[in-house]
Amino acid sequence: MHAPATLRLLRKGRKSTDSSQSRTWNVVLDGEVTATIAPEQTLDLTLDPGRHTLRVHSTALLVSPEVAFDVLEGETVGYTCRPRSPSPVIANRWLFWLIASLLRRGLWIGLEVDDTLVPTDQLRPAVASATLSAPVRAVLAASSATPRPSKGDAALVVEHLTKQFGARTAFSDVSFDVGYGEVFGFLGPNGAGKTTTVRTLGTLINPTSGSATVAGITLSPENGVAIREKIAIMPEAPGLYLRLSVKENLAFFAGLYGIRHADQRIDAALDAVNLRDRANDLCGGLSKGLRQRVGLARTLLSDPAIMFLDEPTSGLDPVASVEVHNLIIGLRAKGVTIFLTTHRLDEAEKLCDRVAIMNTKLRTVGTIDALREQLFKRSIAIKTVAPLADAQRLFSGIASVESWTSEEPGSYLLTVEDPAVAAPEVTRALVGAGADVLSVGESLHSLEDVYLELIAEDSGDAA
Amino acid sequence: MKNLDMGRVRAVVRKELMEYRRKRSIVVTMLVVPVIFLIEPVVIIFVAPLTGSSATLEKSVMVPILYLLLIAVIAPSTLAAYSVVGEREQGTLEPLLTTPLRQQEFVLGKAAAMMIPSVAIAYAVYAVFLSCAALFAHRDIADAIFHDGPTLLTLFLFTPLVAGLAVVVGMAVSVRASEVRVAQQLGTLATFPVIGVIILFIGGVIHPTFAAAIEFALGLLVIDALALRLVSRLFNRERLVAGAKASRQD
Repeated sequence: MHAPATLRLLRKGRKSTDSSQSRTWNVVLDGEVTATIAPEQTLDLTLDPGRHTLRVHSTALLVSPEVAFDVLEGETVGYTCRPRSPSPVIANRWLFWLIASLLRRGLWIGLEVDDTLVPTDQLRPAVASATLSAPVRAVLAASSATPRPSKGDAALVVEHLTKQFGARTAFSDVSFDVGYGEVFGFLGPNGAGKTTTVRTLGTLINPTSGSATVAGITLSPENGVAIREKIAIMPEAPGLYLRLSVKENLAFFAGLYGIRHADQRIDAALDAVNLRDRANDLCGGLSKGLRQRVGLARTLLSDPAIMFLDEPTSGLDPVASVEVHNLIIGLRAKGVTIFLTTHRLDEAEKLCDRVAIMNTKLRTVGTIDALREQLFKRSIAIKTVAPLADAQRLFSGIASVESWTSEEPGSYLLTVEDPAVAAPEVTRALVGAGADVLSVGESLHSLEDVYLELIAEDSGDAA
Repeated sequence: MKNLDMGRVRAVVRKELMEYRRKRSIVVTMLVVPVIFLIEPVVIIFVAPLTGSSATLEKSVMVPILYLLLIAVIAPSTLAAYSVVGEREQGTLEPLLTTPLRQQEFVLGKAAAMMIPSVAIAYAVYAVFLSCAALFAHRDIADAIFHDGPTLLTLFLFTPLVAGLAVVVGMAVSVRASEVRVAQQLGTLATFPVIGVIILFIGGVIHPTFAAAIEFALGLLVIDALALRLVSRLFNRERLVAGAKASRQD
């Protein structure tokens, strides 16, 4: 059961002797006359949540522009309509009226969003989270309460996607899926096809073959606008208008997304990247790192379901990087899907639920633990105060140890089937042999090891 | 042009006008070129011979008046040449194309933003010219100018239309060009059709009558609309971001 939404419409303009201005106007909601409104009257109309169109007209000739707006459950949307005075330079107002009416471009009645009509108690509550900093909480609080599909549903489904530029293959037969609320790392060497994949999913490039669904919408040229309304892409270079200020840049993009309450969204986005105090600075005067932050703020504006971030922490100092990481974690908690392209494997290891490694073809996809197990046998690292007298005899006598290596004196790496079984046996054997043990523990391969192993395999295949 | 969102078009227009104001070279170019173009017509109305019939006099003042039309063509040509390839070179095009903005909205917004100052400046220059004629020119010259209704109508009707054509041709070049310099050089081609029309009027091939002015204006309007559609079709996201030829996009 949906809570109804409200459209609050105020008709401004003095009562006039002009009959066209003093008579009631019809309010046309979703193409049907649903009410009338008199001068200086405020009208509340109950709506279902969703997208609606609104127009006001007096006679058949005097019309306002038609506006489309989205309204959420329980939300109030404010609009003001008013008669427009003809410009003083229009010598013949009746001619102006006639032309405007014939063109039906709504030149006679103005219809504009009016935030002052929205009750202040409808401001969305802040997201309480002790782990998030105040700026991050601010942007999360300002992000839409638009219901998203639950975590686990597929935000992205890619099936056998291929892109060729003439004879050159950018990527080939790529298949994976990404759930809502998942941080998905997309890794690979330069030229692996990562950026082209993102551009393809972002409808900038048409695939040569294969199919994909982005935010529940089939990837096709006809659905380009619908898909782009639900996603945000932050390219590697932020691409800002250097002669415009930070705020002007963001306001421009807010306009392209048709964002209501744009000032609030812009302030929240700037808070999230700690740039509120630089809002009026020209982007041309910002450092690379600060421009990167503006680019990130831009992706936050539209409250997207899926964010494609290409090297989001490139050029950022460590503190700012941590803030961005926290922001990504917070967005994931809100159900936003993050498609993260990065060369920083430590960042991917820290943030990503799953990673895909590309090298024109998709080499692998999975959780980092699963990839480790897939590529590497498990092992135990041992450190002793002094080198063992006869390590070969000692380790070969332990049944659970498959093999061992030593890269430096007193440091040993044992390949085992199950560290939980092997570690106690190895410890007992070491103590029994009179060794002074510094540490015994499972040695985990890093994502970097996984990555390098896979890319090395590719190089071997190519050779 | 399907489902145009005028809010997005307005956003593009606002951004463009803001950028023009901030770029001194644009402001200077848009102001200096029209002033230079104003000098010759003003001189002509002061030195035009007063002998001969009124028809001869009217013809002698028609040339400088129509010459002023070139302002509306030249003023936006640099902007038009830069409009797409310039965004591409400065790296702002890709973020723009990732938004819901349609190519038609992008083209329309850019074209409107270029036309607004160009047409305003052109009309301001005409006002200065006509004021000079009314206040300082010989009475016969002033009468010839102000009684030449068809030429004045041609001037006022054609100004936004030739500016529009110049903008659209310049954008077509900019969409296809690989770099700004090439676009600016090729963009001068935009002036040729307009110069051709002016030559036809001045050469007497087309007689400036009210009917001819309106007919040609309607013709130009159709050409502008078709050219705008053509540029929207030329605008291909894939080629612009990846430099590759691609299929139809929205």
